[in-house]
Amino acid sequence: MSDLRPRLAPRLKLALVIFALLAVVPPIAQAIGEPFLIVVATRMMVFAIAALSLDLILGYGAMVSFGHAAYLGFGAYAVAILSRAGINDLLLQILAAMAAAALFAVVTGAISLRTRGVYFIMITLAFGQMAFFFFVSFSALGGDDGVALRARSTVLGIPLLQTTQGLFYVTLALLVAVFAGLYRLTLSRFGRVLTGTRESALRMQAIGFRPFPYQLTAYVIAACLCAIAGVMLANQAVYVSPAYMSWHRSGEMIVMLVLGGIGSLTGAMAGALITVGLEEGLARWSEHWRLGFGLILVLVALFSPGGLTGLLRRLNLIRGGK
Amino acid sequence: MRYLAVSTALGLAMTSAAFAEDPVKIGVLLTLSGPPAVLGEHARDGILLAEKALEGKIGGRDVELVIVDDEGKPDIAAQKARELVEGQGADFVVGPIFSNIMTAIAGPVTSAGGILVSPNAGPSNFAGKDCNPDIFVVSYQNDQMPQVLAQHMNQQGIANVYLIAPNYQAGQDSLNGFKALYSGTVAGELYVPLGQLDFSGELAQIAASQPEAVYAFMPGGMGVNLVKQWNQAGLSSIPLMSAFTVDETTLPAEQDAALGMLTGSNWAPDLDTPGNAEFVTAFKEAYGRVPSLYAMGGYDAMMLIDSAVTAAGTEDREALRTALKAADFPSLRGELSFSSNNFPIQDFYLTKAIKDDEGFYRTSVVEKVFTQAADSHVGECPMN
Amino acid sequence: MFNLFLLQLLNGAQFGILLFLVAAGLTLVFGIMDFINIAHGVLYMVGGYVMAMMMGTTGNFWLSLALVLPVTLAVGLVLELLVFRRLYDRSHLDQVLATFGLVLVLSELVKIFWGSAPLSVAMPEMLSGSVPLAGPMRYPVYRIAVIGVGLSVAIGLWFVIARTRVGMLLRAGAANRSMVSALGTDINRLFMLVFAAGAMLAGFAGAIVSPILSVDPGMGDSILILTFVVIVIGGVGSVKGAFYAALLVGIVDTLGRMFGPILLRLVMEPAAAAQAGRTIAPMLVYILMAAVLFWRPAGLFGRKVSQ
Repeated sequence: MSDLRPRLAPRLKLALVIFALLAVVPPIAQAIGEPFLIVVATRMMVFAIAALSLDLILGYGAMVSFGHAAYLGFGAYAVAILSRAGINDLLLQILAAMAAAALFAVVTGAISLRTRGVYFIMITLAFGQMAFFFFVSFSALGGDDGVALRARSTVLGIPLLQTTQGLFYVTLALLVAVFAGLYRLTLSRFGRVLTGTRESALRMQAIGFRPFPYQLTAYVIAACLCAIAGVMLANQAVYVSPAYMSWHRSGEMIVMLVLGGIGSLTGAMAGALITVGLEEGLARWSEHWRLGFGLILVLVALFSPGGLTGLLRRLNLIRGGK
Repeated sequence: MRYLAVSTALGLAMTSAAFAEDPVKIGVLLTLSGPPAVLGEHARDGILLAEKALEGKIGGRDVELVIVDDEGKPDIAAQKARELVEGQGADFVVGPIFSNIMTAIAGPVTSAGGILVSPNAGPSNFAGKDCNPDIFVVSYQNDQMPQVLAQHMNQQGIANVYLIAPNYQAGQDSLNGFKALYSGTVAGELYVPLGQLDFSGELAQIAASQPEAVYAFMPGGMGVNLVKQWNQAGLSSIPLMSAFTVDETTLPAEQDAALGMLTGSNWAPDLDTPGNAEFVTAFKEAYGRVPSLYAMGGYDAMMLIDSAVTAAGTEDREALRTALKAADFPSLRGELSFSSNNFPIQDFYLTKAIKDDEGFYRTSVVEKVFTQAADSHVGECPMN
Repeated sequence: MFNLFLLQLLNGAQFGILLFLVAAGLTLVFGIMDFINIAHGVLYMVGGYVMAMMMGTTGNFWLSLALVLPVTLAVGLVLELLVFRRLYDRSHLDQVLATFGLVLVLSELVKIFWGSAPLSVAMPEMLSGSVPLAGPMRYPVYRIAVIGVGLSVAIGLWFVIARTRVGMLLRAGAANRSMVSALGTDINRLFMLVFAAGAMLAGFAGAIVSPILSVDPGMGDSILILTFVVIVIGGVGSVKGAFYAALLVGIVDTLGRMFGPILLRLVMEPAAAAQAGRTIAPMLVYILMAAVLFWRPAGLFGRKVSQ
């Protein structure tokens, strides 16, 4: 990696720092006698994968999906359904989850992309809600009660996810892979066309690109990647429920993204890590932690437009100085 | 990084305390935010009252309560349950309120070596095929409350009844539990979408069918809406009998609209059992409201744990299970024992919403319907 | 059966009018200021709680209702000054972040002040009870009053927008904001007025429905999404659209829930029809929205959006 360093973009540098910090969480947590931090960090990374996937369409494609949590659910239910059928392999489950998510995304994405702006937000919400209510009524899998998994998935027959550390590092590997893939994708020709449609769909059309296939492809890719987060969420909680797909979750994912800063991948990842971390941390201090969390969101929105990674630095200063 | 530092400090403080005094650590996991938070608050207050009554000791040892909010989200609940047992070393987890949370936390708590004591949720699978030696339900099995009303209607010779519940697992269980015992005909069945606000359509349907009675399972805010709209729609001539719809958590909002409505319960504030009147008085003094069955469940859960730790300590797991199963504690419900599936055998009552002499809206015992009843799933449980 | 159908139609329309009361303020703020206000549902909740508190102190329904208006107007003004004003020129996403934060803050404050148990608002004596319709079916007087109030609000808003100078500016502002500023109108004052009026309408709706629905910390949440559905189907910014869309949503929701299973039974086994009916019932509103947006991507009465 060292030979690449001179031309690393700042956001990539920051991402590498984040990955490095994450990688040393388990030994540090063990050393300070707080092994539970590993579990918290795993959850943070799961939502970071989900936020990254949303950033592709929201940040780069300007498609604000308010139904993205549905794909989290598709991933989780793929684990539940396959493990019930005796298929416990993580890779097969991820493939199945991605296939299911892709199918749903192709159909609903094609319809949704007829609309723009707030109408797009609401039509994606509509499809998300349909998926949510379908699983609420799905009594074979516990309906609204959800279903507990018997065990975590295996990787090529090895029970790699059984230990807290194993689950952590597999999730971290997936996070790095998703980040790297998206990073390359956004720098590719495809990514530039997508960004172009965000800036001006009309101009892209003028120079000969139909935005629709690009936008739909991005929408499907984002759905597939979010399904991976769903697979890991199911494994982390050892439980699957329609609650993963509710519109609250979709809204929280948007909030994570905007908090971190959209359209830079690193911001999305940082936003998810910070949001989940703040929730976990603040909840320990006070029953009324939402008051503080809400105020932070309002203040960031008011005084740090675009959030981004500068926000992270400022937040660190404020917290460090207190 | 500040968060890391703080939680480390917290963690160190807790570990050192654990070694110095060896207190009994009890995690309390309830829904304390969102619309149904009031149920969790009742249970929490019942638990705190029990802690006070026990003078901060469980089995003669100091007790340390760690109260966490599951936010009504199953995955967060699973995470927090794991943290309580694995991270903080809780011996017991008291919770939850809702069945879907129970499904999510049962594995994390028991596989990490904790004992789960439920003050409220009692889904059928844990009474049957998924029963577990480390799960004790001090409340009831979900089917039993509707069956109190089914039995009452059978006794009253009510020949046809309309059923209404939200469309989710607990709603379906509730109506199925009712139908399993009810001997008349079901005039109609309505499942409403979860979270529905306005019942005008359903009420018109019921009015058109004119059944002899209606059985409803409509917990929380939905129940408040149903009860308020019931009389407004001119249905007061049809008796509305319900489970988890009219109790001390919803009555403050339903008020006069619910007066006289019948419901099924394993307890009521005026149940004449040793210690119950004192509990109700102390609860009202401390929290300014009448306790509900959720508060009673929390209180009894703590008393059960105290009795078992007194008898067996926490080291020998097998002895502790046996001591818990003996249910050797003075339940606010009077006589109570555990079936082989660790669900209670207890009396059930028909209760009625009243406004008492002090101006409190609460439920009141009408009559005993079942004596020392066990649930119907115990046969499917492999434990014995 | 036909009587029942008519009654259900009435029920649906009434539910729709209830939705319209909440949606009217949101569509104004959204359409004219191009501002996504997630906190609109919380303002509705604040209306319910203020009503419950006023009822507790005064004991008089009408006085309480009259007091809710200035209080929620004031809440709207304060929020506009402190938060919203700074966000008009920002992206929708920043607005979502800020108003989502406000939802958390205001909900928690409500919980701290009033607790999380549902509260009750008694119905005024003269509006309680029900009138006979057909056979054993009756209709609550209060709901007739709600229909009346909803229609009056609709007519009032139509009058203000179509017939007054303020309305003219609003219409112009919705079409072209910079043009109105250039004409010398203080657009900021206009926006403040619209926002405060929107907050007041939401609070008023919360107060009006409090005798029918419970006042609890989740009430804003559950109505918010339906409100957005209504204004999107109607076309953002169109009060007329919101009115028709609210009626449509109310009627489709109620009739679909009640008669959907009966229709399905014509083509399916009874058990399967019942199961399918309850699976589809909660989705109906969303299916309706998706279908409307499929055929008319800017809603029923929305302006065409530029690509």
